[in-house]
Amino acid sequence: MAQFTLPKNSRIRTGKTWPKPDGATNVRKFQIYRWSPDDGENPRVDTYFLDMDKCGPMVLDALIKIKNEIDPTLTFRRSCREGICGSCAMMIDGINTLACIYGLDEIKGDVTIYPLPHMPVVKDLIPDLTHFYAQHASIMPWLETKTNKPAKEWRQSIEDRKKLDGLYECVMCASCSTSCPSYWWNGDRYLGPAALLHAYRWIIDSRDEATGERLDELEDPFKLYRCHTIMNCAKTCPKGLNPAAAIAHIKQMMVERTV
Amino acid sequence: MRYLTDRKRAVGSGSGSEGTHHHWKMMVSSICLAVIAPFFIFTFGAGLGSSFEEVQAFLSRPFVVLVLALGLIVGLNHFRMEIDEAVEDYVHGLAGKLTLIAVSAVTYLLMAVGLFALLKLAI
Repeated sequence: MAQFTLPKNSRIRTGKTWPKPDGATNVRKFQIYRWSPDDGENPRVDTYFLDMDKCGPMVLDALIKIKNEIDPTLTFRRSCREGICGSCAMMIDGINTLACIYGLDEIKGDVTIYPLPHMPVVKDLIPDLTHFYAQHASIMPWLETKTNKPAKEWRQSIEDRKKLDGLYECVMCASCSTSCPSYWWNGDRYLGPAALLHAYRWIIDSRDEATGERLDELEDPFKLYRCHTIMNCAKTCPKGLNPAAAIAHIKQMMVERTV
Repeated sequence: MRYLTDRKRAVGSGSGSEGTHHHWKMMVSSICLAVIAPFFIFTFGAGLGSSFEEVQAFLSRPFVVLVLALGLIVGLNHFRMEIDEAVEDYVHGLAGKLTLIAVSAVTYLLMAVGLFALLKLAI
């Protein structure tokens, strides 16, 4: 049975409130989820105050400033700081997005930052994406060919290449999958929007010769058909992609080869 | 605690080779309902508030009985498939399987009772 309430040891408590910066006139409040596996404590929400006159424009700038100047124990993933690596995905102001490309000016009032929802937490803002990556690996995210020729690169028409637009840009940040209620309840069996978007990217690649096998693998009430077109994935995607449309296209291909 | 690889957990027992048929049936019954539902509502609505004799006379028309019977059969079938989806979403394991059986039983019971009532009134 789906669990609708948090277990006792996951209930969030009020955490530490850090002092406001001295002499600052443009101060903003940040409420950030904290949890460490080492202390045996419940998760808490710590409150930080930043002088916005000395802070960069993005949420990631604020997090780095907090880590560097206030609380070095704050833990989060980040790398490219330009929306390409997908490392800094987290729930900011109630939206799953990338901290590096989400502007602080897009948020009204206090800034709340939580890890991606419904995933096990490794520490603070770091979710455990092991299963998410294993699901991605299971859809065979590579070009599968049976024909030996040509031995060099395989050509693709401009029209066929265009079909990959809106798909190849996915950076696997997991914002979409962790915003999907179907993935929350059945994430163990449902592949989720990110993996399915990637699956479609290879299914419609004109050079791929495993279309049938790929569709066979997805023909499952849980792997594919848990998508109920809720569309949270498309709404939250920080890259502006539409995984729900990709899933709908897969379903359409399934029907076309059956009916 | 089971010592399984991440890939083994993700793949599970593999594909169930099922799902498209259910998806297609849902689409077909949705389209049918889009046509039947307005007829059902207007036909059913026209009989509301009438006396028993008037309803009996109203239901003696073949078109009315057919619309109501189709509404019952297609609507309840669609209802069952939708509820099945919801059960599969939220109730797992043995409880899920038992709930699916109960949903089917209740739906077929409702269908039988509805059709019996219709026929009794119509004939």
